[in-house]
Amino acid sequence: MSANTWTIAAARDALRAGQITAVDLTMSCLTAIDAADGLNAFVHKTPDIALEQARVADLRLAKGDAPAMCGIPLGIKDVFCTKGVASQAGSNILKGFKPEYESSVTRKLFGDGAVMLGKLNMDEFAMGSSNESSCYGPVVNPWKVDELRRTPGGSSGGSAAAVAADLCLAATGTDTGGSIRQPAAFTGITGIKPTYGRVSRWGVIAYASSLDQAGPMTKSVRDAAIMLQSMAGHDPMDSTSADLPVPDFEAALTGDIRGKKIGIPREYRIDGIPAALDRLWQDGTAMLKDAGAEIVDISLPHTKYALPAYYVIAPAEASSNLARYDGVRYGHRAGLAGGDGITEMYEKTRAEGFGPEAQRRIMVGTYVLSAGFYDAYYNRARKVRSLIKRDFEQAFAAGIDAILAPIAPSSAFGLGEVGSADPVEMYLNDVFTVTLNLAGLPGVAVPVGLDQKGLPVGLQLIGRPWEEGALLNHAYVLERAAGFVSKPQKWW
Amino acid sequence: MSIDIDTARKVAKLARIRVEEADLPKLAGQLSGILGFMEQLNEVDVTGIEPMVSVTPMRLKRRADVVTDGNIQAQILKNAPDAREGFFAVPKVVE
Repeated sequence: MSANTWTIAAARDALRAGQITAVDLTMSCLTAIDAADGLNAFVHKTPDIALEQARVADLRLAKGDAPAMCGIPLGIKDVFCTKGVASQAGSNILKGFKPEYESSVTRKLFGDGAVMLGKLNMDEFAMGSSNESSCYGPVVNPWKVDELRRTPGGSSGGSAAAVAADLCLAATGTDTGGSIRQPAAFTGITGIKPTYGRVSRWGVIAYASSLDQAGPMTKSVRDAAIMLQSMAGHDPMDSTSADLPVPDFEAALTGDIRGKKIGIPREYRIDGIPAALDRLWQDGTAMLKDAGAEIVDISLPHTKYALPAYYVIAPAEASSNLARYDGVRYGHRAGLAGGDGITEMYEKTRAEGFGPEAQRRIMVGTYVLSAGFYDAYYNRARKVRSLIKRDFEQAFAAGIDAILAPIAPSSAFGLGEVGSADPVEMYLNDVFTVTLNLAGLPGVAVPVGLDQKGLPVGLQLIGRPWEEGALLNHAYVLERAAGFVSKPQKWW
Repeated sequence: MSIDIDTARKVAKLARIRVEEADLPKLAGQLSGILGFMEQLNEVDVTGIEPMVSVTPMRLKRRADVVTDGNIQAQILKNAPDAREGFFAVPKVVE
């Protein structure tokens, strides 16, 4: 098998054993990327940087003290600022922007010797569930079972498609309301959203600061553990970054979950969920039971209100975060007519630079924060958020170790099929994922099977705060029991 | 809560996003739909519940209030759409 199809764990071992060089491994990915323009996953390719980083990685490997990520070729979501390389967060308002600094996540990964192949497509400012709000145009899901071109999900759609199509060994993603887990599910890969505060947000272009969290998107649970190890840890540049020790996540993968209590939340069983998804949820439950876990029906009573609370809080924070795009310090500035003053410059710049969904969310956020509506919308949503978090705390206090739930109400849908007439229709895709962003909890997506169309379906496990190791171990058991090995047939 | 055209115009102004008059009815309709969806929150009894301020119960880290960098004017101006004589340049603000 060509090296670009390898897992991080396999490549790490082969690199250390001298069976392949980082340069050859990187070349196999660069070749795959150049043959995959039809997917529209990589939007800024960086082959020169990749090969230089790979050469340095080979020198470190030759010395024999290389970290696990040394020489591993990665795709980087466009939302991460990378020094001297275009970083647009999928938006025209950042066209031409090349940061003068490196995000903490990419600095840590590159410090461990990882290789950057390029920047990956995404929904504009991570606002979307289908990658269709990107200024680069949508990513196409490598899974093709008929004539329909499907979404890879969003907002980390480029990351998901690139990993599923073996264009890279793994990719970085970010998850504000499901943007790692839903695309992972739509493309049959693994992804973890860590506990809020586990991974530094410094240099990650902000959408909703109290919800945003970066994480790895990988081909296996073990790879997620290895890559998260490199990304995680305290950073003085992010005041919300937790000053807690980072445990050895890979060492937590014992495969033993005997006696653990798995909660099955009854509120996630909603009307209209396809039978195949419901069946795979039941299959996943049975797999954890067979592994010796105790299955417990639980209630998270405020689940229904997570989605409206999210769509108040996230736009409110976005309207504030995106106020910085004013055409003065970086990014796009509109051409001005004679007599235009600074207000016209702001208004024209932002109308030209932001796409329709970003504009809508900025305006919704502006409205819910405006005088007279702040209490009715924003403060009420923050109170409901407290209740949603309390639901989880009560479940964990009752002894639940992890919660097993669906990720999305369907498998990958067709491009252009959802939300073109009514934006709320697209928001409904996030119904199972936003809850744990609101509660700050870690969640991992694991592929478990195919639906009747032949499209991948994933399940998510939700864990206790700061216990990503135990959570990944549950995911590891589910992964081994499900034995999901299907890959998309190459058509691109 | 239904958003009328005047409210949509006001919100666009507050957000500093130019919206053409012809596009305001569609915007008002979409904002009404989204805010209507949020009305569900009114079903929840939030009596005595504090609004969430921080999702993790930890005090924000503090650091000494000292200068940690500087002399990077060229880097700061590097991405500016218009920079002159070491400053960001914008249209005339004061008449």
